[in-house]
Amino acid sequence: MTAIAEQPLTGGIPPHARAEHAHGPTGLMKWITSTDHKVIGKSYLITSFVFFCMAGIMAMLMRTQLAAPDNTVVSQHAYNELFTMHGSLMLYLFAGPFAFGGLANYIVPLQIGAPDMAFPRLNALSYWLYLGGGLTMVSGFLVVGGAADFGWVAYAPLSDAVNSPGAGADMWIMALVLTGFSAIFTGVNIVTTVFYLRAPGMTMFRVPIFTWNMVVTAILILIAFPVLTSALVMLWCDRHLGTHIFEVSGGGVPVLWQNLFWFFGHPEVYILALPFFGIVTEVIPVFSKKPVFGYRTMIFATIAIGALSTSVWAHHMFTTGTVLLPFFSLMTYLIAVPTGIKFFNWIGTMWQGRIEFTTAMLFSIGFLVVFLFGGVTGIILASPPLDFATHDTYFVVAHFHEVLFGSAVFGGFSGIYYWYPKITGRMMHEGLGKTSFWLMFVGFWVTFMPQYLLGLHGMPRRIAEYPSVNGWTGLNQISTAGAYMLFLSVFVMVVNFAISWLHPVPASANPWDAHTLEWATTSPPPHHNFERLPPVRSERPVWDLNHPEHRTLTAHGATPRPEPALVGQGAVGHGAVGQGAATFDPEDRDR
Amino acid sequence: MVGFLATPLANVGGVTPSAGSEPTSPVPRQDAPLGPLGLTGDPFRPAPSAGRSRRRVGRLGVPLVLGGGALLLGGCNVPTFGAFRGSTVQGHDEFKLWFGTTVAGLVVAAIVWGLIFWSLARYRKRRGDNSIPRQFSTNHILEVVYTTIPVIIVAVLFYFTVVTENEIDAVSSHPAEIVHVLAYRWGWRFTYADSSNRPQGVVIQTTAEPSYYARAATSKEYPQMVLPEGETVRIVLTTNDVIHGFYVPAFNFSRYAQSGVTNRFDFTPTELGVFRGQCTQYCGLYHAEMLFSVRVVSATSFRSWLSAEQTTQAAAS
Amino acid sequence: MRVEAIFLLVISVFCGTVAVCYWMFSGEQSGTVMLAGGCLLGLLPGGYYLWWSRRMDRRAEDDPEATLEDGAGVIGAFPSSSVWPFVLGVGFALIALAFVFGVWTAAVGLSVVFSAVIGVILESRRGGVV
Repeated sequence: MTAIAEQPLTGGIPPHARAEHAHGPTGLMKWITSTDHKVIGKSYLITSFVFFCMAGIMAMLMRTQLAAPDNTVVSQHAYNELFTMHGSLMLYLFAGPFAFGGLANYIVPLQIGAPDMAFPRLNALSYWLYLGGGLTMVSGFLVVGGAADFGWVAYAPLSDAVNSPGAGADMWIMALVLTGFSAIFTGVNIVTTVFYLRAPGMTMFRVPIFTWNMVVTAILILIAFPVLTSALVMLWCDRHLGTHIFEVSGGGVPVLWQNLFWFFGHPEVYILALPFFGIVTEVIPVFSKKPVFGYRTMIFATIAIGALSTSVWAHHMFTTGTVLLPFFSLMTYLIAVPTGIKFFNWIGTMWQGRIEFTTAMLFSIGFLVVFLFGGVTGIILASPPLDFATHDTYFVVAHFHEVLFGSAVFGGFSGIYYWYPKITGRMMHEGLGKTSFWLMFVGFWVTFMPQYLLGLHGMPRRIAEYPSVNGWTGLNQISTAGAYMLFLSVFVMVVNFAISWLHPVPASANPWDAHTLEWATTSPPPHHNFERLPPVRSERPVWDLNHPEHRTLTAHGATPRPEPALVGQGAVGHGAVGQGAATFDPEDRDR
Repeated sequence: MVGFLATPLANVGGVTPSAGSEPTSPVPRQDAPLGPLGLTGDPFRPAPSAGRSRRRVGRLGVPLVLGGGALLLGGCNVPTFGAFRGSTVQGHDEFKLWFGTTVAGLVVAAIVWGLIFWSLARYRKRRGDNSIPRQFSTNHILEVVYTTIPVIIVAVLFYFTVVTENEIDAVSSHPAEIVHVLAYRWGWRFTYADSSNRPQGVVIQTTAEPSYYARAATSKEYPQMVLPEGETVRIVLTTNDVIHGFYVPAFNFSRYAQSGVTNRFDFTPTELGVFRGQCTQYCGLYHAEMLFSVRVVSATSFRSWLSAEQTTQAAAS
Repeated sequence: MRVEAIFLLVISVFCGTVAVCYWMFSGEQSGTVMLAGGCLLGLLPGGYYLWWSRRMDRRAEDDPEATLEDGAGVIGAFPSSSVWPFVLGVGFALIALAFVFGVWTAAVGLSVVFSAVIGVILESRRGGVV
């Protein structure tokens, strides 16, 4: 779309950059018509947070239902709709779009010194497809028969026209087709942006880890989402055109759906996790006042995780009796290796640092602590015999909540607290942030540890009720109490947003003394992002600028070369940074 | 943490209410024994009869008796970490793998957590300290080391996984009994056949109408599969509708029932008792009520039960 | 360009290798096809980048010593606002709903998409709001 130059933008100071509000529509029309990656990113962040809250309320309803045996808070049918939509909203409409739609959209062009995403209008289209898909999915609750109720995995033949009639199921399918295309477009956009729009000197091995992780995520999107979309088309054909792709009666194979779905689904969980690994890898070095330990190892580990995640899909199907157990078991075990490397790199980053416990850092540490346990139970589940004993029980539920909640919520909230000043130009209240963190951290363990035990005692997932004689009541009640704590924690976070909205505390360009290019511009950044860019001589250009005496001991062999003189203001292209915008003032964050 | 996980839940505050809650049941029904606790020669083995004769109907108490774990460790009986010890040969193999993997996992987790918390405590920012730490960012030897160690760990785990998996998935060529299990929405049908797969005229089936009310898996509306202790029984599992999951928690085993696919596996029960079973793969509206139970009796009792059932069912038809 | 090319080719080689191994051990078709698809997906752009990386001068973003002047010039054209993505999105959503509720939404949706396509082309030729 950018091939036809409407008005060539030179890399220098665009004539309109200073007057951010002077061009284009304002108000609601700005949100509808903008193709600025920052506006689209904010739209994504807000929308996905709304879906997160909706899915969270569904989780509260389910936990309330399970707090007592034979409970009747919701009917079985409603319960089935609730867990289906809770999973679908969280996975398809919150965790992914929040990361690769919201944060990646906003942060990636800034981190590589680009004026925008490579295809701004395609980017806008991605958002509108996502919103259309999301609304389609939730409005399933409004049609006769209710929303889809076959679980977020929609196993055939439960999802066929006989077992799941009704418009809600079709709306779910079409919603995923729309959001699938949205994700594919975003993936293309991210890859192109990072490959073609980097600042001079920003070689691939100077790109911040968050952006690297987003590139790998985007590649995974391109591998995985087309498979989902085509599987959904087949499912729709089975439902309405009388094909029998997943029906035994017509010579079809039901387990084909599982193969197709999980070939999407397992990369998908890394699509959900990798961006948050990236966030944590940005946050920990900044608040440890050190460069990331093992920068290249980190990148190779990310690529290894991405590659391996394409060949582990059938570990979700160990109990089907139709898959090659040792192959998928081995591949799944192997993913633990790069993940372990990441953990040691994070610890190495904190080692001998000067760790500052801001809210963003606390959430990142929370991620480390929580995700580690999720990883250990993941190793347990990677073993087919152990999976036989725990498959489809609450053990699995606890495991994937630990890894997905651990990454998407702990990592995601860390990202929110970290980049909120950049995105809004305002600081968030640290005290409330820490309250929210501790509520979430304690609530998390209280919610999910009992679920591990319930799973080991044979409580299957997706059951709306259980008899009191099974002895599951006490643990379920503890879990429900923990879930309420999580709810309270998110509420505190919303209050924090409201306070920053009503009583803004202005943020400086670089309140955290951070490392990467997004902190070299103003908060929030001007239209087309940068008035001037610092020279890029390492993966920490802004740090090098602010601490010339502590420049990155270039990790990768060469000794640091003397900085070229700052390029003058009149330079055409990426201008040089002045003294004001990016310098770090420790007083900023205490204002 | 270990103590918390190791405490068998049913034994903590497990009250035994009046024994007459299901007096009219044709066969004596019991609830599944949850994690028996006792001392035996094989530390992996459950106590021979601790959970067998006693009824364990009851609510869970608060499972926070930290002494329990220490008691277990002191008494040469490995902690279960909350899992079942496995009341079949296959399930017990699984339990041994579970124990090893869990211990290995918790040790690794403890080390990494220790490193995290130690570095947080040791390298936290002190008040008024605005110095810049040394900006090192790489150590190739260390990176190679911590790449190699996880590779070794997963190689070992993978080896034991494959060994155990082969034990569990092995099917005997001469099972003593074959039970055909048909899963359907929302019930089960167990059809008994002898070792050469000839039907024996015994069919046990769900009689419950789906309701919005969950009953105990052992209530008489739900089918009970009776199995002989110490003999290998083949289960042949399939369905004609959606996917179901055949799951007996105390046997540490589950398998999907899928249309177009017939799954075969063996159980060799080692412990008398009644064990809860349930559908694990979500199968629609009344998924929560797709229950059954398994009763393991001695081989002689099994033969007499079988012939009695044959007579009754032949008379009924 | 080289790093990008190698990155994509590594993914391609990995998927290809796994596809071959998987086919040999399992003989299962769907997974093999999907892994082969992953292989091609890396191969096409990766090969393209590799081909170009040998035929073009090093770009400023690939040069570790590049100064800001090296990146001077036109980066691209970045429209700042356009209503057409929104209209397109509405149109596609309506078309998707046709698969649920019947053809009538598709009729509306197609006309919306058609007008949006014309709109976005004309906007590009006129040079829309930048």
